[in-house]
Amino acid sequence: MVIYGIYIVSKSGGLIFNYDHTLPKIESEKRFSYPLDIKLSYENKKVSVEFGQREGLHVGHVLYAVNGVPVTGRQLDDGREVSEVIENKENYPLTLKFGRPKMTTNEKIFLASMFYPLFAIASQLSPEPKSSGIEVLEADTFKLHCFQTLTGVKVMIIVDKTQIGTEVLLKKVYELYADYALKNPFYSLEMPIRCELFDTNLKSMLEQVDKNGIASI
Amino acid sequence: MSRQRFDTKKVNSELVTLTYGTLVAQMVKDFDNPDDVSKQLDRIGYNMGIRLIEDFLSKTGTGRCLDLKDTADKIQSAFRLYLGVQPNVVNWSPAGDEFSFILDSNPLTELVELPEDLKQLKYCNIICGAIRGALEMVQLDVQSWVVQDQLKGDQNTEIRVKFIRRLEDAMPAGEE
Repeated sequence: MVIYGIYIVSKSGGLIFNYDHTLPKIESEKRFSYPLDIKLSYENKKVSVEFGQREGLHVGHVLYAVNGVPVTGRQLDDGREVSEVIENKENYPLTLKFGRPKMTTNEKIFLASMFYPLFAIASQLSPEPKSSGIEVLEADTFKLHCFQTLTGVKVMIIVDKTQIGTEVLLKKVYELYADYALKNPFYSLEMPIRCELFDTNLKSMLEQVDKNGIASI
Repeated sequence: MSRQRFDTKKVNSELVTLTYGTLVAQMVKDFDNPDDVSKQLDRIGYNMGIRLIEDFLSKTGTGRCLDLKDTADKIQSAFRLYLGVQPNVVNWSPAGDEFSFILDSNPLTELVELPEDLKQLKYCNIICGAIRGALEMVQLDVQSWVVQDQLKGDQNTEIRVKFIRRLEDAMPAGEE
């Protein structure tokens, strides 16, 4: 029973809510001696592993810290450039910490708005008229379930591939949205949902699902 | 289950009657003109409707309406859900684009008498606004108004709904 995250997209395609539920933490810290036997590259404002996969360290992982000093972009938090530190022989041995890249809120907003046209395209590509858009999107590590309400709000849940019964969960999230976001007089439509009650109720519902399964809600 | 369901908690309809009465009385005080009050009530109703529709859809799980008869049925069940009354759907226009709800009892007006100088106040306008707002969110443009009012000496309360058009541009993708 694994639910990775929940997203709500407004009628106009903006991300109004996102919640990461169980993202397994993948981090590994290792000592390296000169010369470095992995290839690093800088892209999307992150230093990431380009080549040289091994135990606990995968291509695509980003550099979190050097000798315990956190890395932001291509700079160490003490002001030095990552590339200079790594290329200088005198700094070795180095302890590097790598992990899975974390999505920033901006990236999430970007991706959510990207799903919107995909959904629309899917409904137009359909060989049958009056088709809905994408309801399930399946990949080898996850499934994305999408439920569009009659008013055009989309609820999306990202779950493990083996998860079943997600439709019930989607309806439940929609109910919570109707109850705790829309009935809050100070919540304006189409705006990001920042309602404590909604968060707590969603979390307790997810806990319930984690403990007793989807049938319990 | 940690979460309390709302619909298991029924509230006394008098509480609604009194709260609504207070609201209207305050508005009559705040505005000079009863027509303005009616207009404001309609706006409040509209704003309630655009939120309430999600509640209705999420709890009843109903699908999209493809004709007005269907819509009438669903609004009827919404009346039952939110006001605890079952109105009759009558007076269909020949073209089938207009109909009325007849309420023989109206919880909003239960304890109310309209004073002489407020005879033109549309006390139940909030319902019309709510119907309009809710239907607009499911891409139906309608007009709604009060035809008969028990407060004005009529036998029943009659709320008329007129279908204008379907809002095709507002249709979400994958729905049209």
